[in-house]
Amino acid sequence: MESVLIYGAINSITFALMAIGFSLVYGVSRVPNFAHGSIYVLVGFVVWSLVNDLGLNYGLSILISLAIAALIGLCVYQFVLIRLRGLPTSEIISSFAVSLIILEGLRLQGIGGFKGFIGPNYVLKPFLDGKIELFGVFVDYQRLIVVAVGLVLAIGLWLFTHHTKMGLSLRAIAQDEQAAMMLGINSDRSAMISMALGSALAGLAAVIILPLGNVTCEVGYHVLIYALAVCIIGGLGSWAGTVLAAFLVGFAMKVSTHLFGAVWESVVLVGTIILVLLVKPSGLLGKQKELEERV
Amino acid sequence: MSSQELRRKRLDRSINVRSTGLYALSSYREMTYLLAPRLLLIAGLLVLPLFLDLYWQRVLCAAAVFAMLALSFDFLAEYVGLVCLGGALFIGFGGYAAGLLNAHLGLPPAVTIPIATVIGACLSTLVIMPCLRLRGIYFAIVTFMVPLFARNVIVALGLFGSTEGITGLDTLPNTWVEQYVILSVVLVTLFGIRRLVSEDVGLIMMGIKDNDQAVLAAGVSIFRYRVLAVFIAALIGCFAGAYLAHLYGWLGLSLFAMDFSILPIAATVMGGMGTLVGPVIGALILTPLSEALRGFGQLRVVLYCLILVLFILYKPEGLMNVLERKYHQFERLEKV
Amino acid sequence: MGAEVLLDVRGVSKAFGGVHAVEDVSFTLGRGEVMGVIGPNGAGKTTLVNILTGFIKPDSGRVLYKGKNITGMAPNKIANLGLARTFQVMRPYHSLPTYKNLIVPLNSPRIKKAAAGKLGDLDSVAIDILEEIGFERDARVPYKTAGSLPLGYQKRLELARCIALRPEVILCDEVFSGLSMSEISSMIPLLEKFVMQGIALIMIEHRLRELFRVANKVLVMNFGVKIAEGRPQEIMKQDEVKAAYIGGERSK
Repeated sequence: MESVLIYGAINSITFALMAIGFSLVYGVSRVPNFAHGSIYVLVGFVVWSLVNDLGLNYGLSILISLAIAALIGLCVYQFVLIRLRGLPTSEIISSFAVSLIILEGLRLQGIGGFKGFIGPNYVLKPFLDGKIELFGVFVDYQRLIVVAVGLVLAIGLWLFTHHTKMGLSLRAIAQDEQAAMMLGINSDRSAMISMALGSALAGLAAVIILPLGNVTCEVGYHVLIYALAVCIIGGLGSWAGTVLAAFLVGFAMKVSTHLFGAVWESVVLVGTIILVLLVKPSGLLGKQKELEERV
Repeated sequence: MSSQELRRKRLDRSINVRSTGLYALSSYREMTYLLAPRLLLIAGLLVLPLFLDLYWQRVLCAAAVFAMLALSFDFLAEYVGLVCLGGALFIGFGGYAAGLLNAHLGLPPAVTIPIATVIGACLSTLVIMPCLRLRGIYFAIVTFMVPLFARNVIVALGLFGSTEGITGLDTLPNTWVEQYVILSVVLVTLFGIRRLVSEDVGLIMMGIKDNDQAVLAAGVSIFRYRVLAVFIAALIGCFAGAYLAHLYGWLGLSLFAMDFSILPIAATVMGGMGTLVGPVIGALILTPLSEALRGFGQLRVVLYCLILVLFILYKPEGLMNVLERKYHQFERLEKV
Repeated sequence: MGAEVLLDVRGVSKAFGGVHAVEDVSFTLGRGEVMGVIGPNGAGKTTLVNILTGFIKPDSGRVLYKGKNITGMAPNKIANLGLARTFQVMRPYHSLPTYKNLIVPLNSPRIKKAAAGKLGDLDSVAIDILEEIGFERDARVPYKTAGSLPLGYQKRLELARCIALRPEVILCDEVFSGLSMSEISSMIPLLEKFVMQGIALIMIEHRLRELFRVANKVLVMNFGVKIAEGRPQEIMKQDEVKAAYIGGERSK
């Protein structure tokens, strides 16, 4: 019982970490950043390369790769998405294409000597090895770090969006783009910042969570699915909803694993999404923009 | 010194102007002008198999399958406003349905393909239905997720042959049947959808894409028409999937591969969104290209996506629109 | 005066975040009545129309249409009951010919049920409706693309889209805006024709003088609240209304 609670909480925070980057970008710019999952994996591989091929310090590699992630997010927005704002079909298609370029590109072999990142050999070391016993349940230190980072991040983001000028302007654009623009907030700049920030968050989630397993390209798809699922259930565009949904999904999956076995996890996820779409389509905390949400 | 600026000016060809409406019937020359492109396409496609060797004939079949998917994508994206990021789901559902009917019930391909088309379409529509009441973005996300979920569920629950799939399905009688069946279906679908969008039903769907609030205020249920549109697109895609299962004689998880989702999109963007012919031509160009690159691993996917992004940024109208314009109009540079 | 009550709105409220767009608005509308809704910008008029036609769900209150509770019903279902609306920002289907714009309402369940298959060729029905609205049949105007129509014609097209639905109530969201005096004068007989056919109108307007020529009842809103209701001439004399529009007396 305790293990379900503890692992459920850990799972939930993991999902929240994965999803918050996507939710941020979508909330601010209404552009679905399908490249979210691919940046997650990319950061994992970059850290690995920096540590193993270049022999850099682990912490330094993490910082560098986070910066790279933000930069990539920025570039994707600046060079691709910015020209397509306002054309929803094209935005979605190009975002999807960019994500595949990165994800599948990491699997390439033999192009100009680039050895693709294939195989189960890519492992990031956990920050701290070892376990600790909590209420009779063994928990890795790394998992606790996930929880700690998650909580710090939640507080940090809350402070950012409520007390800094930049964060407030992002929130303003997320609530009502036209009103914010009338107040002089630059929509494109905000979208760019949100993309950079969202990508960095994806990267942060990656460096914290990937040490718990392998780094493979498949992970990119999984992360994207989880992020999308959590965002849909919580309500696209609602940041609080994302967190709430992460907890719902996290616990639901752990409970179902406990009761029915691990194979039913995907089914539970699918079922939850379908249930939410049928019962409360705009998500748990879906926004008040009813004119747009329901058709 | 005054600087001379040149401006590109486009004028309709005289024959284009003459062949509008009823006047087109006034001379064979004008009728030819109008009919030639279509006849060229039909004749070209039907004659092509005669010039190809066995390997490329197979490639043509695959290209036709992708053409079907591209048609369904273009229809949904440009005529209904729904971006389908998961063509693989249609292929998968149709392919698995046909394969299972064949493997477990022993029905011949001529029977399984039609049945699987309908069953697969019904299933696909049911799965997608919950998100059709919502904005288009949900459709994109859900169609992206479904093929991946389907794969996970099949592997997790060990259904339908799980990772190995099912082999030994009946294949089609001979290569000529293989090709002409799919080519004729592609042509029928192409002209069928063209017809559909100019009917009232198609008009309403386009209205939904343009101005959904006005359609709601006019008393028309957006949900119903979207379901209908998805069903039609699903029929097309599932037919392609069922055909594919019997073309290769096996079914497996690769029916849900990302290829089937991304190549039709790239083909559509390259060929010209909304033209319906463009996606078909795009598929016919991209599929042989992907065949040629088969030895390079995932390069082909990266390449499709690069082509897609480049086209969308720099030539969003697509090839077909350029060709059409060149056919109907001529250009001149003139001094301003 | 014994007119059948078509629309009965009771205590409807809607707040967006902290903004009370509509607060406790009630009124009734009878058959053949023309009710104007006026008020400064941001008074909540369009939100009210969106609530009545189902595009927004109110936080509280009820909307009854011929006794039936339509609060929170889907917009297309409400339209099928006979409540049509125009849009303030018109977006006709630009690239389609004008008469094709009417195909959508003619395909609604309401028309299909009413016509029971006897409607025949929808295109000619559309042209007939346009002619009734005032498009000259022979001048090829109905065949021009809707995007190329001048403003007055586009407004009439909006009304045509409503009429195609054979409604009992039409909510007009600023149909007079952007039109010249003469264009409005030619539109008023059209509206009066609707009224004579038994259609009730709710008209949101800023052009008060023209509105008062048609309206027999006026509702005044400000900051989401109904501040006055009554006959046009009496309304304008009330202090709250004057304060809302003009801003109250300046202290000397």
